[in-house]
Amino acid sequence: MTTLTQPLLSARGVTKVFGFGRQKNTAVDNVDLDLYEGEVISIVGESGSGKTTISKILLGLLTETSGEIYFQGAKRDIRSHAKKQEYWKNIQAIFQDPFSSYNIFNKIDSVLLDCINMRGGRSLPREKKVEMMSEACSFVNLKFEELTNKYPFELSGGQMQRLMIARIFLLKPKILLADEPTSMIDACSRATILDELMHLRREIGMTIIFITHDIGLAYYVSDKVYIMEKGKFVESGSADSVILHPKEPYTRRLLNDVPKIYEEWDLTTV
Amino acid sequence: MANTMLEVKELSTKYITRFREDVYAVDRVSLAVKEGRSLGIAGESGCGKSTLALSLMGYYFPPLHYTSGEIIINGKNISGMKPDDVRKSILGREIAYIPQAAMNALNPTRKIIHFIEDVIMEHEVYATKKDIYERAKKLFETLGLPAEVLQKYPVELSGGMKQRTVIAISVLLLPKVLIADEPSSALDVTSQKMVIKMLRHLMEAGMISSMIFITHELPLLYNVVDDIMVMYAGQIVETGASREMVFDPIHPYSKGLMGSIIVPEQGLRDVKLTAIPGVPPNLKKPPAGCRFAERCRFVRPECLVTNVSLRQAGDGRAYRCILPEAELREAYAREEHKK
Amino acid sequence: MKHIIQQVFHSGKFVFGFSIFATILLIVIFYPLFVPDPPLTILGQGTFFPPGIYVSVYDSLSATSYTLNLDEAAAKRIASKLSQEDRQAVKEWLIAAGIPEAEIDPANTEQLLDQWFANYDSKKNVPGMTNAKRNYYIRLNNALKGLLSPDAATVSQTNPQTGEMEQIDTINQTDYVNVSEVANLRLLPLGTDNFGRDILTELIAATRVSLQIGFVAGIIATLIGLTLGLLAGYVGGVVDDAIMFVTNLFTVIPTFVLLILISFSIGQEQRGAFTIAVVIGLTSWVWTARAVRSQVISLRNRDHVNLSKLSGHSIVHIILSDILPYIASYVIMALILQISSGILAEAGLSILGLGPRTTEVPTLGLMINWAMIYQAHILGNWWAYMPVLVTIALITFSMNLMNTGMDQVFNPALRD
Ligand SMILES: Nc1ncnc2c1ncn2[C@@H]1O[C@H](COP(=O)(O)OP(=O)(O)OP(=O)(O)O)[C@@H](O)[C@H]1O
Ligand SMILES: Nc1ncnc2c1ncn2[C@@H]1O[C@H](COP(=O)(O)OP(=O)(O)OP(=O)(O)O)[C@@H](O)[C@H]1O
Ligand SMILES: [Mg+2]
Ligand SMILES: [Mg+2]
Repeated sequence: MTTLTQPLLSARGVTKVFGFGRQKNTAVDNVDLDLYEGEVISIVGESGSGKTTISKILLGLLTETSGEIYFQGAKRDIRSHAKKQEYWKNIQAIFQDPFSSYNIFNKIDSVLLDCINMRGGRSLPREKKVEMMSEACSFVNLKFEELTNKYPFELSGGQMQRLMIARIFLLKPKILLADEPTSMIDACSRATILDELMHLRREIGMTIIFITHDIGLAYYVSDKVYIMEKGKFVESGSADSVILHPKEPYTRRLLNDVPKIYEEWDLTTV
Repeated sequence: MANTMLEVKELSTKYITRFREDVYAVDRVSLAVKEGRSLGIAGESGCGKSTLALSLMGYYFPPLHYTSGEIIINGKNISGMKPDDVRKSILGREIAYIPQAAMNALNPTRKIIHFIEDVIMEHEVYATKKDIYERAKKLFETLGLPAEVLQKYPVELSGGMKQRTVIAISVLLLPKVLIADEPSSALDVTSQKMVIKMLRHLMEAGMISSMIFITHELPLLYNVVDDIMVMYAGQIVETGASREMVFDPIHPYSKGLMGSIIVPEQGLRDVKLTAIPGVPPNLKKPPAGCRFAERCRFVRPECLVTNVSLRQAGDGRAYRCILPEAELREAYAREEHKK
Repeated sequence: MKHIIQQVFHSGKFVFGFSIFATILLIVIFYPLFVPDPPLTILGQGTFFPPGIYVSVYDSLSATSYTLNLDEAAAKRIASKLSQEDRQAVKEWLIAAGIPEAEIDPANTEQLLDQWFANYDSKKNVPGMTNAKRNYYIRLNNALKGLLSPDAATVSQTNPQTGEMEQIDTINQTDYVNVSEVANLRLLPLGTDNFGRDILTELIAATRVSLQIGFVAGIIATLIGLTLGLLAGYVGGVVDDAIMFVTNLFTVIPTFVLLILISFSIGQEQRGAFTIAVVIGLTSWVWTARAVRSQVISLRNRDHVNLSKLSGHSIVHIILSDILPYIASYVIMALILQISSGILAEAGLSILGLGPRTTEVPTLGLMINWAMIYQAHILGNWWAYMPVLVTIALITFSMNLMNTGMDQVFNPALRD
């Protein structure tokens, strides 16, 4: 699918430094990334390697310390809030921790209603909105009638996470940044949800970045896999080449640490 | 014969929502965990695993309410106890619970040692700060955590370190039973391995006698626990030893669940995972018959009306289905053949 | 929301503080309904009448008299007349007369008088005694004899026709009146102040005014602090720098000094209670602003704020619905502290004589100021200042208790 010559989103030499002095911490270190339309890529790496940071930079929620980001061929310009709002019509995200992704003072309906409003559905009749929300929920194995009028803390962790994915089915963005989108979802629903997500992707040509610890998942869904270590991509390439024939020792170690069911899982190596 | 550390008989609990509706999140669950054994709980998200974990401790506060059943921890029946007594004498000492996403719930403005002081002082009024520090230091060292962690704030720790710290804090009072709710789902594989190693160490060193482990990561569950229990819509649908549960499930839901395991192996990308279409039932009005009937591909008319109970299937296995084991296995074999 | 309020009311500290505060508030509201006198009416001629029940002497005379023969009456009467110095003088005489000190008990009036009459002799010469002292003892002896006489007192009145004094009544030592039959009496539980005003009524009115000052000051300070803190914390950048510059300026100059300077420059004529409240509010927002700002900074990178941004909300919407509710409990706590420190600031200013200049209403600070000017603390007239101090202490104590109670509910070790 990567036949288009011009990347949809690309990062050049992006660096993010947190803190200063002795506390200085380079979370993302001179990263280059090209994302073509319709592509699905995964970023895999251990905790603290800067995955969330790079995704927040791509989203425009964090400002990079240095480097450039190009969107649809032009330098990205999100200096004012209005421009940011325009940008966010194209790029959406599922955040890592569903427990902190909700405003606990609002009912969960508002999360979905916001998405409909954003897609210009503000003036739709109430029944139509409910219908759209129910449909989106059904994609992620949820029943809207069961959830409506509830507050986030009345849901299970997995239900919160699934609702975050349901947003995407309403928003249909060009680019999706999914940070650990299924970490709290059971294997069975995960299969359904991934199927639906891939379906949507084919339908609207959505570009997806998965950020995950779950190497199996990365291998299952993505065209390209990037392995991240200490803010740098140490290995990248097609899913088959990276996961099945890793070159870097870091990648090998990660693969070795994945719990297996057909082989012995060696606990002595940590 | 090892003695039973935790025994639960027909426990039912429910949430009462703001609209005075009942959500039957745990329905007549029975289980027993022996000394030195660990039990894993898997199941659809929202099926009541976290609620069961909360209920097991006998510590109920609104909106969660106790309906019926018995909980016996280390020979003590705690079913009728007052919440305050449970908090003082059971929590932390007999049974400890690590909530889902606990590591993100640590108050960012306090150092790790402060949490430890809180926990110990709640139970031992006369403990001095110095003693507590020494004790904590010793515990952290035996668990392979550097003592400097004690003086740090939660934000200064990496995810894996934070999670291991949370575990260390929960076993401070050496509880008999430890319940860990998704302790590793937010961690990378390496940190996950360290957490598991620590839990194993706790079991082997006898610091805890039994463990209940809740996770969605089936390969992990398979490697960590002795027995697996699969839940669906507030009920147990199947239990058994972990190896059999993973490779030879009986119940159609467990079959589907085990069929969706993803491991990074050649050919995985071409496999169609077994997704089960449909949505789990509304726990406010659970169906009269089998709760899985709506989504079951072997559904029969009587499934919708008959209340099925757990059937024994030898070797400590039990499953909740109207169909006999043999018939289900035959159906699975036919499906396998078709592929 | 309901749940949180329930939790707050489960905290012992909060409930204790709240009950004290509610009691004060109820008294302030209901007392004027029962005692409608204006608080600053001058009742007494003279300063600092001690607490007690004041019975009209004139009316007692015209009230029905009853005869009661009570054993102790005479002794009590004498005891109340015989002052401490007189007793000491009697003791000195007795010692000089050769009675062992151990046998003299100045507190036992009856025994003391017996010993006196047995041993006193006006002609006896005690070595080293001055003439004045000797005369004093003679006067004392006569007075004591008079006390013991069973004679009745005579009441006379000028006859308007003849202009002569006529005896109209005699009062025996055994005559009593029933207090409830006396037409005029007045209860002054806390006595009167230097102007002869009833301190209790005044204190309650002062508490009300001080609470009002506290509320106005607290609300102004919290509103300013909240707005600036939200802006600085959320918008950041230049806005943050500018606001923090002003905040730092205010931090460097001690607030109280600033308060004194402003109050002074306003001039006495313009200083009403409300003006003082506004001035206090305008000078004390600084720490609220700082605290709110740091709370907002820790919130603004939370994912629910990010999600709100991604959902196309405006900055105003995000601040109002995604930030404000999360710090609401904190702001309420800050408000309570601001109110109590506003009350203290008013008291501080008034003690220095820079408080509100009022002729209709007192404030707690003004009451202390008056008591100090008239030297109540030196004269030992505790009722003029102690109740005021206790009230201030109770108000601030109850508010701080409520605050710590809420803090324990809102900031437990583990939030979930
Ligand atoms: N707001 C922040 N302030 C300071 N340091 C930060 C901040 N956010 C992240 N970091 C640091 O940046 C580094 C990268 O963090 P990041 O969250 O991107 O890691 P990650 O790969 O997403 O890890 P995980 O798998 O645990 O989510 C870490 O060392 C982290 O401590
Ligand atoms: N406070 C509450 N009020 C009402 N219903 C609730 C409340 N908390 C949870 N529930 C409901 O109870 C059910 C069980 O929730 P629980 O958190 O136990 O699920 P879980 O199995 O742990 O799921 P997950 O794997 O996603 O964590 C869910 O359907 C949820 O919607
Ligand atoms: Mg991350
Ligand atoms: Mg859960």
